[in-house]
Amino acid sequence: MITVKKLVKRFGLKTILRGLDFEVQPGEFVALLGPNGAGKTTFLRILASLSRPSLGDVKVAGYRLPNEAAAVRARLGVVSHLPLLYGDLTAEENLRFYGRMYNISGLEPRITEVLEMVGLDNRRRDLVRTYSRGMQQRLAIGRAVLHDPDVMLFDEPYTGLDQDASSMLDEVLKTVAAKGRTVVMTSHDLARAEDLATRFDILSRGVIAASKTHRQLHRSNLLSFYKEALAD
Amino acid sequence: MTNSNSKSGNFLKAVGAVVWKDLQAEFRSRELFSAMLVFSLLIILIFNFALELDIKTRQSVTSGVLWATFAFAGTLGLNRSMAIEKDRGCMDGLLLAPVDRSAIYFGKVISNLVFMLIVETIVLPVYSVLYNINLFQPGLLLVILLGSIGYVGVGTLLSAMAVQTRTRDILLPILLFPIVIPVLLAAVKASNGFLEGLDISEFLLPINLLIAYDIIFIAVAFMVFDSVVEE
Amino acid sequence: MQSRPLALTILDIVSIILLGISAYLALVFAPTELVMGDVQRVFYFHIGTAWTALMGFILAAVFSVTYLVSKDLKWDRLQVAAIEVSLVFFLITIVLGSIWARPAWNTWWTWDPRLTTAAVTELIYIAYFMLRQGIDDPERRARFGAVYALVGGLSAPITFFAIRLFRTIHPVVIGGSNAEAEGGFAMTAEMRVAFFFALFAFTVIFIDLFWNRIRLGELQEKVEQLKLKVTL
Repeated sequence: MITVKKLVKRFGLKTILRGLDFEVQPGEFVALLGPNGAGKTTFLRILASLSRPSLGDVKVAGYRLPNEAAAVRARLGVVSHLPLLYGDLTAEENLRFYGRMYNISGLEPRITEVLEMVGLDNRRRDLVRTYSRGMQQRLAIGRAVLHDPDVMLFDEPYTGLDQDASSMLDEVLKTVAAKGRTVVMTSHDLARAEDLATRFDILSRGVIAASKTHRQLHRSNLLSFYKEALAD
Repeated sequence: MTNSNSKSGNFLKAVGAVVWKDLQAEFRSRELFSAMLVFSLLIILIFNFALELDIKTRQSVTSGVLWATFAFAGTLGLNRSMAIEKDRGCMDGLLLAPVDRSAIYFGKVISNLVFMLIVETIVLPVYSVLYNINLFQPGLLLVILLGSIGYVGVGTLLSAMAVQTRTRDILLPILLFPIVIPVLLAAVKASNGFLEGLDISEFLLPINLLIAYDIIFIAVAFMVFDSVVEE
Repeated sequence: MQSRPLALTILDIVSIILLGISAYLALVFAPTELVMGDVQRVFYFHIGTAWTALMGFILAAVFSVTYLVSKDLKWDRLQVAAIEVSLVFFLITIVLGSIWARPAWNTWWTWDPRLTTAAVTELIYIAYFMLRQGIDDPERRARFGAVYALVGGLSAPITFFAIRLFRTIHPVVIGGSNAEAEGGFAMTAEMRVAFFFALFAFTVIFIDLFWNRIRLGELQEKVEQLKLKVTL
């Protein structure tokens, strides 16, 4: 579903990603871990077609980036740590706007379906600026799945959420992942990642330093795996 | 689940969606609109005190005062309109949509234009009343429309750049004003023509210039907008 | 580290010599103009610098297009050099124009199309540098610079024609001569020599300064690279 070969990303004279290789099969849920500044967000933005690679090959959902970016976008759902929502519009107006931008047919019933899935149907007519951070994040996920994408990218989705909101987000993510979608999620929070992911990749110093599937890892070993990978 | 109808159908739908979204959000908050309106009225007030003119001379500066007002107040709207997208990361949301970038440009131009025209429609009668001049001539309204289109066409492009810099709000007027001088020149000339009741053949030239400017710059902005919003 | 190319050093010397000859031609060789007197001699340099500035202006607009098409940063460096040189020379043009206007038409400033457009172009250039200053990423800086220079490159000529066509209201200039009449005197053969030589000399001077400035830009970039290596 996602194939990345020798990806290099430079900002002026600084090189953030140094020949990164990465591959994801359909249906995998990859947790991308790594310290701050390792380049996780940069990498995700490239996969999301929001940033151009300096060098290397990137293919998402069968289409090459950046040339076939438009085709990729139709199959991609992105949740970043910023909500990407308009505060002065209601939840359903936000979804309606994005639905039109993605040219979704049967929009109205789809909006209701999505709102129910993220548990916000009862507050659909409220302005998003009245929402708590947790609710905004759930709505953001709703926005991201509206067009039923094959691939989903989550950049630090748990940032700023309290315990309750995080649990709710867990549930939503499980529902989202259950539909056989391919997911790549970056996270600081090892505990959260552990439950959801089928695979764990560590991004360090601009490349994938290590990768292990859920089966290869015993529960308590995620932390030691992480530390070991970074120590190299 | 996304349809792949005609590409142009998608495009127009996206443009319409952006315009509707902007209008809807603004209708709720009225931040942008009230700021522009109040600022315009204050500028007219300042001009009144700054230029102590007798009635006759005042007539001759009407066009200039009006256009200066629109030029200054316009920057508020342009700034705010783009800032809304930049904060909360909404610009990314727009860029993620599977639609040509220029749809965002045209959507923004249209909504910015609507805001500007609404403000102008309110300023005109106020000015008329304050200075006892009839400003409701169709010719004048045409000039205001053409001038506003040029102003907003370039302004939207430049505000998309300005909003991504550190100096943000202060930068837009500095970038915009030297570029829209032809619009101001031609608009004032043409406005004067209508207000003085001259025969239209005498000032066809500035009107043509406005039209030419509008076409040239919207075409250029359309072509380079991609480079301005993408990374 | 490249040392200064010989050709550049020769060009430097040639430029200075040409400047000297041009000054001689303007100040000594050319006859004194009948109406305006010796102050008219400013005209030769005024035209020379205006011509240089105009070359820079046109080049800058061309480089905008080449950069946007190729995304090669060398065009950005060329553009910065062209605009900087043009900025300085327009300034000199304006100052010389002022010096000429005062004794000739008893005013420091005439709102004639050429001078006014030069002033507007200066403002566009300053805006260009202010725009660049507010951006850290070199690639984005280059892109935005190119876009703005292109927009400015289209707008300034339109401004020129607009002023020429519409601004019939000139300030009344004592002496009755039309403030627009820069060339309001007939040129004798010697004047023509001085005139064309000035154009030639300033073209060479432009190339010399332009080349120097490009080299300066390249050296600056080398310094940045070295700085980065040291800090890592």
